[in-house]
Amino acid sequence: MEKEEVKKKIYELVEKSMGKKKLKSSDIQKTISAEAGISRDEVKDALKDLIDEGKLIYTYFGGSFVEIPPK
Amino acid sequence: MPKKYETPLLDELEKGPFPSFVTEIKKAAAKNDMAADELGQLEKSYRDKRGYWKHGGIVGVRGYGSGVIGRYSSLPEEFPNVANFHTVRINSIAGFFYTSKFLKEACDIWDKYGSGLTNLHGSTGDFVLLGTTTENLEPIFAEFSSRGWDLGGSGSALRTPSCCVGPARCEWSNIDTLDITYSITQEWQDEMHRPAFPYKFKFKTAGCAVDCIASIARADCSIIGTWKGNIAVDQAEVANYAKKGMNIQEEIVNMCPSKCMSYDGKELKINDADCVRCMHCIAKMTKALKPTGEKGATILIGSKAPFVIGATLSWVIVPFIKMEPPYDEFKDLIRKMWEFWDEHGKNRERIGELIIRKGMREFLEYIGIEPQAQQVKEPRRDPFFFWTEADLQK
Repeated sequence: MEKEEVKKKIYELVEKSMGKKKLKSSDIQKTISAEAGISRDEVKDALKDLIDEGKLIYTYFGGSFVEIPPK
Repeated sequence: MPKKYETPLLDELEKGPFPSFVTEIKKAAAKNDMAADELGQLEKSYRDKRGYWKHGGIVGVRGYGSGVIGRYSSLPEEFPNVANFHTVRINSIAGFFYTSKFLKEACDIWDKYGSGLTNLHGSTGDFVLLGTTTENLEPIFAEFSSRGWDLGGSGSALRTPSCCVGPARCEWSNIDTLDITYSITQEWQDEMHRPAFPYKFKFKTAGCAVDCIASIARADCSIIGTWKGNIAVDQAEVANYAKKGMNIQEEIVNMCPSKCMSYDGKELKINDADCVRCMHCIAKMTKALKPTGEKGATILIGSKAPFVIGATLSWVIVPFIKMEPPYDEFKDLIRKMWEFWDEHGKNRERIGELIIRKGMREFLEYIGIEPQAQQVKEPRRDPFFFWTEADLQK
C-alpha cells in the first residue's frame, strides 16, 4: 500500500473518532496495520509524516493522544 | 515594573536555615511579570488551600508530542501574565555536566522568552524551564536546537534517561553510566518525542548498588552496575580502619545483609558465594575492599511511587548482563518488554503495574527469560515458579 493511502486511512480514523474516543498512537498503529495488512512500522512512519506536516498533533489529557489540530 | 503582591504566607517559607524557592521567585518577580503573577497566584493558593493550575492540552512544538507541558492558570483575569505558564523540558546531559557558556546562554534565552524561573533538575532529571507562553514555544525550541540541544520526554513516552555521575568521577562505577544513558537517548528518540506507550517509561542508570540516584525507587527500568568476581581484601588497610576507630564487627560485619562476612579482630573474611553485592562494605571501607572480575549490570523493572498498592521498588529481572557498546542484548530485551506492555497494557498503566496484574510468570515467558533465584523478591513469595504434573512426579 502506498504511503499516501496509509496516511489517508490514519487521518480518516482519527477524524471518525473525534468527539467519541481519543486515540493513542498505539491504537492507530494496531487498527490500521490490522485493517490494511501492513506492518506497524509502516503505519508509524505514515503517522510521523502526518504529525510533521501538522495535519495531526499530539495532545495530552492524562495520557498522550493523536488528534486533529483545532481550526 | 512588575506588579508587587503581598505574600505573608509565602514569606514564612523564607524563614529557617534552608534555601527558599520563595526567595528565588521573588528575585525573578522583581523584573519579570510572569514570575510576579506566579508569586501572586501561589500566595492565593496557600490562602485558599487549593491549586489554581490546569495542565495538559494541545501545546507543543511541531513534530513533537513531548518536552512541553501545557500549564494554564484557572484565574487568568486575576493573574493575566500566567494565563499560559507552560513548562519546557530540555534533555539534560548525562551526569549533568554543563559548560558555564551553555548555562549563561540558557538563562539568557529564558529571560527573553520565559519567566526566568528554572528547575535544575526536575525529578525526571530534565533541565526544566518554568513558565512561558504558547507563541514563545517554537522560538525557544529553535534557540536551543540551534545550539545542539533537544527537548526531553513527557507524556506517555520514554522520559529523559538519567544516570549517576558514574566513571566520570566515581571509582566504584561498574558500568559506563554516561555512555549507556547517551546510547539509550540516541537509540530511542522517537520513543521519547513521539508518545506511543500506554504511559510513561523511565530509565535510570546507577554505576553500583549504592544507587546514588535511587534508580531502584524511581525508574521503570533500573540499570545497576554490579560484578561477578570476588571482593579483594587488603588486610593491612582493614587493620588501618580498625586502628582509626572503625568498629568493623558492628559497622561492617553485622550490617552485611547476607551475613557473608566474619572478623576475628585481625582478619576480615568474606564468603563470596553468599555475597549479594550490595556495596555496603565497599562503600564503608573504600581503601580495603574492591570488586574484581567481570563487570556488568543488574536489570530491574517496575518501580513507581504512587502505585495502587503503595510505593514499589524495582524487581530484579536479569541478575547480570554485560553492558558494552552498542548494548544490543540490553536493547533487544527492552524492546521485548515494550512489546509485552504494548500488547497488554491499559491506558495509564505502568509496566510494573502490568506485571503485577498479569503475573511475573507471563511476563518472563513473553520476554524469554528463565526464572532465576535472584528474581525472588521475598522469601516464600515466588508465585512465578510453577511446576507441571510431570515435574512433580520426578
